[in-house]
Amino acid sequence: MLALSPAPDGTGAVVGRRVVVTGIGVVASCGIGAEAFWRGLLAEPPVGRVRPVTDLDVSELFGPKEVRRADPFLKMAVAAADQAVRDAGGVEAFRGDPDRAGSYMGTGVGGLETLCEQDRALIEKGARAVSPFLVPSMMCNRAAAEVSMRYGLRGPCECTVTACAAGTQSIANAARLIASGRADVMVAGGSEAPLCDIGVAGFANMTALSRSGVSMPFDVERDGFVIGEGAGALVLEERSAAIARGAHIYAEIAGAASTADAHHITAPAPDGSGAARCMELALEDAQMSPADITHINTHGTSTPPGDLAEAEAIHKVFGWPGPPATSIKGMIGHTLAAAGAIEAVAVALSIEHRQIPPTAGTKQVDPACSLDLVTREPRPWAPGAVLSNSFGFGGHNGSLVMLPPS
Amino acid sequence: MAPEDTFDAFKQCAVEVLQVDPSKIVPEARFAEDLDADSLDLVELVMALEERFGVNVAESELEGVQTVGQAYELVTSKL
Repeated sequence: MLALSPAPDGTGAVVGRRVVVTGIGVVASCGIGAEAFWRGLLAEPPVGRVRPVTDLDVSELFGPKEVRRADPFLKMAVAAADQAVRDAGGVEAFRGDPDRAGSYMGTGVGGLETLCEQDRALIEKGARAVSPFLVPSMMCNRAAAEVSMRYGLRGPCECTVTACAAGTQSIANAARLIASGRADVMVAGGSEAPLCDIGVAGFANMTALSRSGVSMPFDVERDGFVIGEGAGALVLEERSAAIARGAHIYAEIAGAASTADAHHITAPAPDGSGAARCMELALEDAQMSPADITHINTHGTSTPPGDLAEAEAIHKVFGWPGPPATSIKGMIGHTLAAAGAIEAVAVALSIEHRQIPPTAGTKQVDPACSLDLVTREPRPWAPGAVLSNSFGFGGHNGSLVMLPPS
Repeated sequence: MAPEDTFDAFKQCAVEVLQVDPSKIVPEARFAEDLDADSLDLVELVMALEERFGVNVAESELEGVQTVGQAYELVTSKL
């Protein structure tokens, strides 16, 4: 259970209301919608430095005017949220008091493609040619606002912007609002569309991208991340209300934590100390011990320093080699702020299918990382708690603890 | 440009920006009620018209413009 106040001695935490996941939605390069996405996670990974989402049809979700204007980050966010809302039985089934229902959609950079297009218009045609829709299309909070407007959610409507930790932290923040009693229902997740030229160039020039075009988290030959795009969304509900309405419950959000490395703007703390503290606090929040965790969905981006720091952090908290771990970034690449939200969907599906998807692309685990990494074939998941990590430029660390429904 | 051609060019811009059926772009059509266009849509349409016809329309001139006919008059008066 998410705690409302910490318990430094490990006892006496004030526990909040229990929060469950009743709807999931996902837009990823390996599949759109939960079923296709899960099948995609078990398939052979593509090769290439970018992993775009293809075939996303939003004609049912946007009018012709909006289709033309909407940034891809918004289209993917709305598509994922719409799937999650439908999956939860439709908004009328779960919304309850609209003033106590909200949205929480994170992103790293919002409508980057729109900003670039309009910048080009400014340079080529002058200030008068800049679209009046630039500001509402590029602003990072657009996805959260759009979800709120579409479903009549009049409670908290916010957007966490913490680079690649934003998806996980948005879900954590939304769950905490329900645990603390400030909201009863939240649509939460993350979205990112960084694949325009300037986004790819920015990551390439900071030497974060893989030269080989193969995403191979924790592999001895890993050489950087492959950049992806997508969105993930969850419907979160207070547990007793979800049970009362007979909702299908995928999982419980049992704990969450947020810490900072306070070390370097892009490099992780080399000993993984910030990440380790985040995992420990998430376990404490859930009133659990490391032995309760039966699977870790890692951040595992396939960068040499990032994967090493995460592996060291996992060893600090869980010992060697730690619980069975995977990184779905081997398949879909790094989707930045969408990653944590898509991974939360993957965890919900792991619990649902009782299976851990393999880390696609990884052939030989780096001895320096030496995790119990699931590779090549999916592995049965031993029922228990699941930890999901996300880390972002800026030193942001986010961890979620998810439990099978009870 | 003949008046019919001018209106056709106007119509083309309106269809492109507002994504409505060409048959809806008639002088008496109201932007808000008939074409589902709000004030920012109108700004975007005027920007397209400025480019198409090579004219300048000040924002203050848009006040009170509610129909296709009014917008057409405003733009063509500057030709």
